[in-house]
Amino acid sequence: MHDTVPTQVRTVQITRLARNGRWKMPTGDRLISLLLLAPSVVAIAVFVYGFIGFTGFASLTRWDSLVPDFSFVGMHNYVVLFSTTRFQIDLRNTVTFTVLFLVCCLSIGLSLALMLDRGIRGEGVFRSIFLFPLALSFIVTGVVWRWLLNPGSVQLGSTGINLLFDLLGLGFLKTGWYTDPRIGIKAVVIAATWQMSGYVMAMYLAGLRGIPEELREAAIVDGATGFQVYRHVILPLLHPITLGAIIILGHISLKIFDLVVAMTGPGPGFSSDVPAFFMFDTTFRGDNFSQGAGIAVIILIMVAVLIVPYLLYSLRAEAQP
Amino acid sequence: MPRVATYTALTVLAAIYLLPIYVLIITGLKSFEEVNLYRMWDLPAAFSLETFARAWLGSESQGFRGLSNNFWNSVRLTVPATLLSALLGSINGYVLSKWKFRGADGLFMLLLFGMFIPYQSILIPLVQALRSIGLYGSIAGLIFAHVVYGIPITTLIFRNYYATVPGELVEAAKIDGAGIFGIYKSVMLPVSMPAFAVVMIWQFTSIWNDFLFGVIITPRPAVQPITVALNNLAGSYIVEWNVQMAGALLAALPTMLVYILLGRYFMRGLLAGSLKG
Repeated sequence: MHDTVPTQVRTVQITRLARNGRWKMPTGDRLISLLLLAPSVVAIAVFVYGFIGFTGFASLTRWDSLVPDFSFVGMHNYVVLFSTTRFQIDLRNTVTFTVLFLVCCLSIGLSLALMLDRGIRGEGVFRSIFLFPLALSFIVTGVVWRWLLNPGSVQLGSTGINLLFDLLGLGFLKTGWYTDPRIGIKAVVIAATWQMSGYVMAMYLAGLRGIPEELREAAIVDGATGFQVYRHVILPLLHPITLGAIIILGHISLKIFDLVVAMTGPGPGFSSDVPAFFMFDTTFRGDNFSQGAGIAVIILIMVAVLIVPYLLYSLRAEAQP
Repeated sequence: MPRVATYTALTVLAAIYLLPIYVLIITGLKSFEEVNLYRMWDLPAAFSLETFARAWLGSESQGFRGLSNNFWNSVRLTVPATLLSALLGSINGYVLSKWKFRGADGLFMLLLFGMFIPYQSILIPLVQALRSIGLYGSIAGLIFAHVVYGIPITTLIFRNYYATVPGELVEAAKIDGAGIFGIYKSVMLPVSMPAFAVVMIWQFTSIWNDFLFGVIITPRPAVQPITVALNNLAGSYIVEWNVQMAGALLAALPTMLVYILLGRYFMRGLLAGSLKG
């Protein structure tokens, strides 16, 4: 009799209570399914959560040489970190980078998507061009942009973008880029935006394509101008995409490392230094493992603040029928 | 905004976006005599491959290694790691979508968090662990790390993909007497090709382009993947800037080709990972 067999996959309880109320071990296929999943679950439990725990533990110890020393020093490393000039600059750079990066990527990505959504010829080519940088390694991007934003020298002349400005009669726009401590990490924003804005464009395009034509038509019938249609109908519907983009880009920018390594390094006066670089530097060059662990924990907390609420929100959204 | 204005704006923007690629390519194609930092934007007078040759083979006289060895290291790393993590993702996605249990979704969220963690938070114990199982400093160790930390994203893509396979097909197969493996073979696998394409292209790109694991796990230059070698090349004072650019292009070639030829699947991987929730 299959009239009660569900036609959709439903969650099935693995904890079947036997008649005497005790948990009954799953058998057969159900058991195999769990066994198939087990290696990955164990791997993530150990290599993600276990390791994070170890790192947290290490940050509370006095492990500052190649020989592990796990004596407990409480919050000492964190106190030291927050009073270290380099780390303070790092945190400031992170905020600067994140804000600029998000603003630029979102505005450029949205503009590109809005322009491409109009059903123009050659849309595929344009899309491919803007998305292309995403296929590159941050190291490749860093090497290229290091030379593009190399200002050149007073004696020998300009190069890179500065040279281009000269050639186009825009010489007044020349700056020292990453060699200028006042600019520092903002130069890295340019490279990062070049790399990632296509991603935002793709997300917005997908979202725009998902908006039913009837909504736009209904608004026009109600007398809305083109601009008003965008402002009151389309853009509000894109809010979830904006949120998703902020989450994705935000967590990338908080842990940005490769790009800084290849493009600028810490820079004059640490003007392009970032926590992830500091962590690498102090741990694997300076052997100060407990300090590195402390930086890692702080980066993790910053990322968690961004990601965990979003994951919980997704979980709840998915659970709804 | 009128169409002409849109086209113009898009063309100008496209040109701006292509500037770095333009410089990358023409610099690599210039002969040594032509290369001049202060004439960066000039087209080459004649095409020459000597810069690429120098970047690929290195230079005894100047004392730097080329990228050829590291290119093959990257291949040896990326191909197995991509295949393994795709397989793992497929199995996990299958179980989590068609053999659900109470708490499966919560477990999945815990798995997913692993996709977002900053790897700095696991580097120190990772090195210790790899050392203790003898995989530190080897490509095998790199493969291991990439497969483990690739579990979340590959599982995500497959799980969401398999969730679109109608439950009726699974039930029908069960009625026909198929067990867990039978269902996988007869229902899941036949429709899995697009998902495998997306996952493999995404993983290939991520793993080939990775730097952090490469620089931490394989400190010896002979074993390093090409991204690490490129960074060393670019950071060296004795290597001319045009050789660095040529090296960058060589390092970028595989993922560039994958993108140009299989961009459609690349896009799908992008959007799958963006958790439209």
